[in-house]
Amino acid sequence: MTTIYEQRPGLSRRELLKRGTIGAALIITGNAVISPDRAWGLESAALKPDTMATLIRLARDIYPHDAIADRFYAIAVKGHDTRAAGDAGHKELIEAGIADLDRRAGEGGYRGLGWEDDRVRILREIETTPFFQAVRGDLVVSFYNQKELWPHFGYEGESYSKGGYITRGFDDIEWL
Amino acid sequence: MAASYDLDDDGVVVIIGSGAGGGTLGNELAQKGIDVVILEAGARIEYEDFINDEWDSFAQLAWLDHRTTGGGWRVAKDFPNLPAWIVKAVGGTTIHWAGASLRFQDYEFRTLSHYGKVEGANLLDWPLTLAELEPYYVKAEDKMGVTRTNGIEGLPGNNNFKVLKAGADKIGYKECHTGRMAINSADRDDRMSCQQTGFCFQGCKWGAKWSTLYTEIPKGEATGKLEVRPDSHVVRIEHDADGKATNVVYADKEGNLHSQKARIVCVAGNSIESPRLLLNSASNLFPDGLANSSGQVGRNYMRHTTGSVYAVFEKPVHMYRGTTMAGIIRDEAGHDPSRGFVGGYELETLALGVPFMAAFLDPGGWGRSFASAMDSYAHMAGLWIVGEDMPQEQNAVRLHGEIKDKYGMPVPDVWFTDHPNDTAMRNHAYKQSQALYEAVGATRTFPTPPYPSTHNLGTNRMSEKPQDGVVNKWGQSHDIKNLFVSDGSQFTTGGAENPTLTIVSLAIRQADYIAGEMASGTI
Repeated sequence: MTTIYEQRPGLSRRELLKRGTIGAALIITGNAVISPDRAWGLESAALKPDTMATLIRLARDIYPHDAIADRFYAIAVKGHDTRAAGDAGHKELIEAGIADLDRRAGEGGYRGLGWEDDRVRILREIETTPFFQAVRGDLVVSFYNQKELWPHFGYEGESYSKGGYITRGFDDIEWL
Repeated sequence: MAASYDLDDDGVVVIIGSGAGGGTLGNELAQKGIDVVILEAGARIEYEDFINDEWDSFAQLAWLDHRTTGGGWRVAKDFPNLPAWIVKAVGGTTIHWAGASLRFQDYEFRTLSHYGKVEGANLLDWPLTLAELEPYYVKAEDKMGVTRTNGIEGLPGNNNFKVLKAGADKIGYKECHTGRMAINSADRDDRMSCQQTGFCFQGCKWGAKWSTLYTEIPKGEATGKLEVRPDSHVVRIEHDADGKATNVVYADKEGNLHSQKARIVCVAGNSIESPRLLLNSASNLFPDGLANSSGQVGRNYMRHTTGSVYAVFEKPVHMYRGTTMAGIIRDEAGHDPSRGFVGGYELETLALGVPFMAAFLDPGGWGRSFASAMDSYAHMAGLWIVGEDMPQEQNAVRLHGEIKDKYGMPVPDVWFTDHPNDTAMRNHAYKQSQALYEAVGATRTFPTPPYPSTHNLGTNRMSEKPQDGVVNKWGQSHDIKNLFVSDGSQFTTGGAENPTLTIVSLAIRQADYIAGEMASGTI
């Protein structure tokens, strides 16, 4: 199983810097992807940690919400690791797809491309592939269906238990 | 107390499906003292168990049995196994529907005469007039508690309606209000009033929206003349040597097959399953399927010309709060060929939550354009286009050549391509809707493609002559006198209006006819 856990401080800043960083943000150590602010980590079971880190970058490039933290993208893509653990075909699809992204990006790989526009240019080339379709098709649910994110979008979710909106602003628009 | 009938009881009317058509027909017949068994493929889920969560509710209610798609519609590409967003549960799609209850306009029953022949369209006049149906519309509106009829107040307008209304006023539309809705604006019929919860599509947890699940069905059961059997998926209808329907074979929850005898069989499984069932019931006597001497079973599949327009404003709207579809503009509903198409369309408020907005705003879309649209969610208003589409013979529900369901029956393949008239209408509606929202300051608008179909119509159409369609003006099949169609698949053409009120009206009328024929011993 993939696990995402709240990371306790442990590694020193120096140690962190010695290990590779991904993009400007995530750190890979052992079988885990760790956020540099140490707030969370993601342990992979079947996919390479590098692959998970690239998936997180890819997820943000597909649905770029600058005010949403990496961990929500990590949560959104962890299903691929879980599925890959029991499905060799899926594992191959994801690993090969990520390897292809790295190849297209050239030296430094996909995460090494500093500009989103450069990464997106590559994604436009592969957007009809089964790999991209699988990642995007899963992500549109696994990302936007996270209740913790709904406040960001201004969506209030379930309302029955609060008595609906009849006294809570169903008609409160004032700017018209 | 609900009735319980023996499988060998050949005196019962067997109705397949418990939605707007089947649930209403079942109650109406039971009220007349006729013995009725309703076989419903889905489970019985009471309204307190509905879920205010789009994906969880979808998993709880949606018809997810395997289906395939084909043709030029975008649904075939984006949702290849989900041609329709309808319900598999007692109450059928009256659990999911939004409540808009509009009568057909007079000319919409005779489009071939009124529009003239349209190239590529299989238009036909209904063998029925508005005048004939009007008394039943009156009964249906009272039964369902439709606002703005029978002295019932309209619903209050929510934020999304207020934006629509302001835009309508700005661009000169005259007929804009909170709709004729089968949603209680005040307590009525032992059901409470709308609490503006915003989850109409997920089943109303208050029971404020009319659904056969908690109106027709319990009322019918209370007569002691109606038995509803949930988890009973009909696989075929059988007949005797004279070609009279005799019994219905269905699978229970465990997949065991049972055979229920019947005096009369009424098919009300919505416009994909109903023709599929007739086609899957082919026999030596009826090699092309039951009631299919015309070859029209499954053909002329209609889904209304739909689409949505969402618009972003500088300030918040919170469109998801309140009754989803309590807002309508009817100015474009008439037939005015100067617009470049025949027939008309309605504009109705619509909102999705964040999860479904992400799935449906621009299926397959991604990148900054998409994400920034989602970031504007709280500032969005939205509407739905629903207009008359052209019946076309090749738009059809057919049996899949290879794929079978778990009972060994071929799955349905739903093939649909827009007629040029449909496309012209949709483009006109997009343009009008974008202008409407821009008139009140929209900074960005999204002409959103049609969702999987909710209005599935026409696949067992009514016709005067047996060679033109499947059933007569009573929904009785031309070929088999004790076989009826009781859902939206009997629509000859679709009209511009949401179909449920018409389905219910036809079911009330059909009950009168069936009772009369039974009494006179003709069936």
